[in-house]
Amino acid sequence: MNPTPEEDDAAASAAWQRRTRPPDWRNPAAAAHYDLCVIGAGPAGLTAAVHATRQGLRVALVERRQLGGNSLNWGSVPSKALISTARDGADFRAVLARLHRVRARIAEQHSIERLTSLGIEVFFDQARFIGTHSVRVGAATLCFAKALIASGGRPRQSDIPGLTDIGFRTSETIFDLTALPRRFGIIGGGALGCEIAQAFAALGSRVTILQRQPKFLPRFERDAAELLSRSLGRAGVETRLNTQVLAARTADGSRVLDVANDELRFPITVDEVMLSIGRVPNVEDLDLTAAGVECSATEGVRTDDFLQTTNPDIYAAGDVCMRHQFTNVAAATARMAVHNAFAGGRERCSELLIPRCAYCNPEIAQIGLHSWQARERGIPIKSYTVMMADVDRAITDDRTQGFVKVYVRDGSDEIVGATIVADRASDMINELSVIMNARVGMRRLADILHTYPAQSCAIQMAAQAFVRNQTADHGQGKEWR
Amino acid sequence: MQNDSAAPLTQLSDEDLLDRLQRGAFAYVASYGDPETGLVADTSRAGSPASIAVVGFALSCYPIGVERGWMARAEAAARTLRVLRFFARSQQSAAPDASGHHGFYYHFLEMHSGRRVWNCELSIVDTALLAAGILLAGRYFAGDGVEREIRELSEALYRRIDWEWARDGGYAIAQGWKPECGFLNYGWEGYNEGTIVYLLGLGSPSFPLPTTSFAAWSSTYQWENLLDVDVLYSGPLFTHLFAHAWIDYRDIRDAFMREKHCDYFENTRRTIAVHREYGARNPHGFVAYDRDLWGITAGDGPGRLELRVDEHDYRAYGYMARGAPYGPDDGTLAPWAMLATVPFGVTEALRGTRRLLGQYPEVCPKDRFVSGCNPSCRQDSVWLSDGWYGLDQGLLVMMIENFRSGLPWALMRDCPYLRAGLRAAGFTGGWLAP
Repeated sequence: MNPTPEEDDAAASAAWQRRTRPPDWRNPAAAAHYDLCVIGAGPAGLTAAVHATRQGLRVALVERRQLGGNSLNWGSVPSKALISTARDGADFRAVLARLHRVRARIAEQHSIERLTSLGIEVFFDQARFIGTHSVRVGAATLCFAKALIASGGRPRQSDIPGLTDIGFRTSETIFDLTALPRRFGIIGGGALGCEIAQAFAALGSRVTILQRQPKFLPRFERDAAELLSRSLGRAGVETRLNTQVLAARTADGSRVLDVANDELRFPITVDEVMLSIGRVPNVEDLDLTAAGVECSATEGVRTDDFLQTTNPDIYAAGDVCMRHQFTNVAAATARMAVHNAFAGGRERCSELLIPRCAYCNPEIAQIGLHSWQARERGIPIKSYTVMMADVDRAITDDRTQGFVKVYVRDGSDEIVGATIVADRASDMINELSVIMNARVGMRRLADILHTYPAQSCAIQMAAQAFVRNQTADHGQGKEWR
Repeated sequence: MQNDSAAPLTQLSDEDLLDRLQRGAFAYVASYGDPETGLVADTSRAGSPASIAVVGFALSCYPIGVERGWMARAEAAARTLRVLRFFARSQQSAAPDASGHHGFYYHFLEMHSGRRVWNCELSIVDTALLAAGILLAGRYFAGDGVEREIRELSEALYRRIDWEWARDGGYAIAQGWKPECGFLNYGWEGYNEGTIVYLLGLGSPSFPLPTTSFAAWSSTYQWENLLDVDVLYSGPLFTHLFAHAWIDYRDIRDAFMREKHCDYFENTRRTIAVHREYGARNPHGFVAYDRDLWGITAGDGPGRLELRVDEHDYRAYGYMARGAPYGPDDGTLAPWAMLATVPFGVTEALRGTRRLLGQYPEVCPKDRFVSGCNPSCRQDSVWLSDGWYGLDQGLLVMMIENFRSGLPWALMRDCPYLRAGLRAAGFTGGWLAP
């Protein structure tokens, strides 16, 4: 007999549990000495542990919760599975079941079996430093030559009066919902808030998104944020900018948020609330002082450009020390830290070129400098914009929302950054990542063959606009057609 | 001059067409003023309050009416004095029903009492447009008697605007203020009509903005190659026109424009090229859009209507700042916008205007353009905005005059405060050169 959907879902959840933290796990006996002790088994910790082990180093990996960290368990993976499954009329339980299957499948790639078979010694417990070269994990003491702090971050809490009492969800608990909320209030208009808002609206929730600032996605380009704002509106999301939540309470069995928009004060009644106002680093429980590692509650572990902390034998990587709290940055900084710690490397994290994406519809991706950052640094730039509505593939596929905008240093063909708003901006931005790292300029890009038709032709079209512009311009500026 | 008011507009010569449409627009500012306060209505709709920006435009239009023979000089001076006296006497305080505070005024005022309506904001940018009109009136009325009083009030009203206060301690200026909740921030980024706030604020002898404020403002500018045109981008057309109604930007440049080998006048010309190209491409397949039929800007719209265009569902908006090419664009065009660009390119402006009048004569009742039309949104007829908006009419009168005689620009080129503001913002060259 075929298993029921409930049995399938239970099996997926059990597989995820087994791979990320087996219920019957027993920590190994601690060795006398480790070359590297990694604290935290998210994307940074896993990358560092695997990388170091492959170099023949003896590695202990300590995790207090689940292998995979925020990214796999509560962040990028489940939220993208939700977004791709969410559509009008989809059954919420079926959506959650798929999310559980996706998570279990991806968990297999860093499962406990794989880690132990590589020779990594995994400890599940809270780590606390007891000296400059030793850490306490449960009853065991791990002595190390070098350590990497990769304890990640967690959702920032809020001091909105009453919010804790009425109960709210964060990115870590939103996927524990078992039923679709009819009315859903989201506090915070950053990337995650907007992604979740669109996905739940697509599933049929009446979503209200409350953003204190005058625009969404404050870290992204204005034109991109405005386009998203209209897209949220079309999706039926009620968007409230410049709106502050003053207090939370319950009334008649519902949750009520009392909000202020300029001088207007009014209540918003919802069934569920999600708080999405950023993340803070996990530094409190590690007894970092004992190790001579400086940190702050808001900025995280203090590191130099080589990811070395104030204890020269301890490094940090990922969300616990980086301003950009993304999975790709966590993995890159971890690899860099191991290289700097053991191979005498001098890799600088400030030199990382970081592509990032808000997985809204359309997606909004960015790399390199923003236009205003370039101006702050005194770099004169010009952007070359191609509207997706002018791209053949976007027209054939009826995906004409958005644009590609490439920032070029004035008087050269050097690409210093880009913003892409498009159906698959998360993929398209990677072309820019490769060509910027390879230092390919606009002139060469204009002649590099792309498949036709493709959305990414927009990137080449921007380069072709550059070439046309140079030919017409002659540096004089007056002839512009 | 032949100006046959019975002849269809499209049959007139260019000069006669401009004259008739300018006169039609002027009739708005002459007809919708309050006899007591001198305030001018925001729109022709019943019960409309005054908009202080419309008053700024009206003050700039009266001298044009005098020079064109449409209004006696004494009548123009009387209207000007009436409204300046109103502003001088009106309540300035933090009270919620005052007319203004710190020399600034609320965006909308009740026509007869001049008190704040709709709980609206103390508007920094609209006060700047009002101040530009007040300064222009002060330049034009150079005679004795009532004209002397106009000059004195013009000076006093401008000098009492506390631009420093509106910075709220920051570098860039706040965009509004309400007695109920303090300063407002709309998250302005990039170039727009707000430049006039900085130029008039920097030129103030009493409460001057620091020069760093203009640098902070212009640090969010983006120089873009858009649809093959190099341009300092701002979506809605009006943002490239409002400050230009008063300021002759030809051949004067700030640091940004020096770096880009451009100037703000040329930039508006390029923006027009972007809008025309957008009209030709018409990416959403809206009805009527063409290289010679364009005009996407802020204005009235059909409101919350679901449209079906070219197999797509579109949402139409009400009053909204529309822009090209990034949008929002719901198929609504501002029929007055092409003509308002006449100083930047007479051929394009008139060709477009003639095309529009030939195709949709109903957009110009009584020789006066309505605020918006949406040919894609058609039931029995094309959707038209009801009545007229004062901003559109005032801007048209000024821009046509800037094209015909250059009078508003000439008057403001001699305004010492504007000159001081431009110099403090780093503008050099052209008519600013000593």
